[in-house]
Amino acid sequence: MTWTLIAEQALNGLQFGVMLFLMAAGLTLIFGVMGLINLAHGSLYMVGAFACAAVAAATGSWWLGVAASLVFAAAAGAVVELAVIRRLYKRDHLDQVLATFALILVFSEGTRWLFGSFPLYLSVPQGLSGAVTLPGGIQYPLFRLFIIGVGLALAAGLMIFIARTRVGARIRAGQSDREMISALGVNIDRLYTLVFALGAALAGLAGALVASLQSVQVGMGEPVLILAFVVIIIGGLGSIPGAFVGALIVGLSDTLGRSMLPALFAQFMEPSSATAVGSSLSSMLIYIVMACVLVVRPTGLFGAKH
Amino acid sequence: MGFKMSRERIVDLAVLLMLPAAVLWASATGETFTITLATRIAILAIAATGLNLALGNGGLVSFGHAAFFGAGGYVCGILASHAFTSEPLMTVPFLIEGTKSMPVIWLVAIVVSALLAALIGLFALRTAGVYFIMLTLAFAQMIYYFAISFPGYGGEDGLPTYVRNGFPGLNTLVPLPFFIVCFVVLALVIWLVDRFTHSRFGLALAAARQNGERLEAVGIAPFRIRYVAFILSGAITGLAGALYTDLNRFVSPSMLSWQTSGELIVFIILGGTARLFGPLLGAALFVVLENTLGGWTEHWQFFVGLILLGVVLFARGGAIAFLSGKASHHG
Repeated sequence: MTWTLIAEQALNGLQFGVMLFLMAAGLTLIFGVMGLINLAHGSLYMVGAFACAAVAAATGSWWLGVAASLVFAAAAGAVVELAVIRRLYKRDHLDQVLATFALILVFSEGTRWLFGSFPLYLSVPQGLSGAVTLPGGIQYPLFRLFIIGVGLALAAGLMIFIARTRVGARIRAGQSDREMISALGVNIDRLYTLVFALGAALAGLAGALVASLQSVQVGMGEPVLILAFVVIIIGGLGSIPGAFVGALIVGLSDTLGRSMLPALFAQFMEPSSATAVGSSLSSMLIYIVMACVLVVRPTGLFGAKH
Repeated sequence: MGFKMSRERIVDLAVLLMLPAAVLWASATGETFTITLATRIAILAIAATGLNLALGNGGLVSFGHAAFFGAGGYVCGILASHAFTSEPLMTVPFLIEGTKSMPVIWLVAIVVSALLAALIGLFALRTAGVYFIMLTLAFAQMIYYFAISFPGYGGEDGLPTYVRNGFPGLNTLVPLPFFIVCFVVLALVIWLVDRFTHSRFGLALAAARQNGERLEAVGIAPFRIRYVAFILSGAITGLAGALYTDLNRFVSPSMLSWQTSGELIVFIILGGTARLFGPLLGAALFVVLENTLGGWTEHWQFFVGLILLGVVLFARGGAIAFLSGKASHHG
């Protein structure tokens, strides 16, 4: 395995990581501010992907598709918050798990009803197709670099938004003491809807960006949702920087593990069993990483200590 | 509590007898499909009763019980497929051969899923609340992806067992005897869980759910109580998994999927959390609902989702509470 291949896989891991961050940021914000565990977050990712693929196919413009994914995911998020999620804040986690599990069924089957069971495909937009040569002679797809750039910019923007703006201050206040901030005259209901719609828009954007790399189909959101859970467990619930670090750890270890572990085992095992052991182990790697983090820090890397 | 108790007991008895009654009617009219459906309900009820011990009685919201269900399922599938091909499972350091005997398979399924629960519990029970939910989910996913990517036993395609395993003195290939086997196991499991929850240990478990610190103050470590309950819970669900493979004569990674974990929770909530017979009634309601709606529309999951949403938001306490006219155990 040459080092250019390793560098390429590291970039793929980074791209996967920033995409996971877009998912995990919304999840962790929603948990941090409202104390809600939202299984339907993967459905909002799916809504974003379908909206992007459908609108891009209808208008011929990928950029309009991305805009549509933001609008549709945020709108779906706001509607779900107003109709269902709002009633769950005071319930225990069991009810939240169950209600959002029911929402997944409704979203998935509803999408299948509208779009059918066949996957949709979306090509990379014209200006972003092709490969660029990076320093060191690595040929790398421009579109993946674009995703990395967008993800990093949004991560920075989100951290500044939470740390520096008035709305961000309210979100942080909501995280630490929700009764106090509603007593101080902040419209807490509107803040909750806003946070939920913001998280939904980020998830929808992640779905739209990934739509050009893989097929768009019902059920695409749940594997990513579970990875996003792993991310926020590693990073610590409610922490945006934690979600960022966790997303990079998960993205890099998963991608590098898949490409390198089988080759590593082939050094001292026969090829067929090396592939079997390597691929089995690499599919479990991020969970092993998660377990190790929790042994050292039960509330995650950036989580508050009990 | 004498009066209300007796009404709940009547409901419990009716729920328990509902399956044999349906099967009796079905065998009289020759509806074998109904017998298979009732068997499915019985097996899923065993799995959910196991989960209810952790979730309802112990307050441990495990979103990863599919791991134990699937582990039991794979124990059954692997042992049966080795018996089918007459190839031993392993020869070093000692010889292990496949088997087609249900009692042996059950025992191995219980031991394997208990060991798995001991391992997962060791990590997951260090945490609580949302962390616990997500950790159990993550560990179950880890095993799911392992089953998919490990090529030895069918991988993503699953593993057929061809012929249903045998029980001494019964022809399990016929639907009725197999139903009787599953129903007797269900009744035994419910009895066992009832004894357990009314024992000193069960009371300590309930205390650990309500207030762990107070339990610690009287000198009982909540972790050990929860740990034992979690292992027992996983073992019961694993036993159900072995039966489920025998029902379908097939085991696949979908038994390990997170949807399976979710459905087990759904059974409990539909029937009533921490109710002894709640999981059975919930499983029956879900399977009947699935089959009825499935006959009307291929998009039945959409309506199951809506109904479920309605139950969670507006009808708390589950069906047993509704039938016995009593609010939920935990307000």
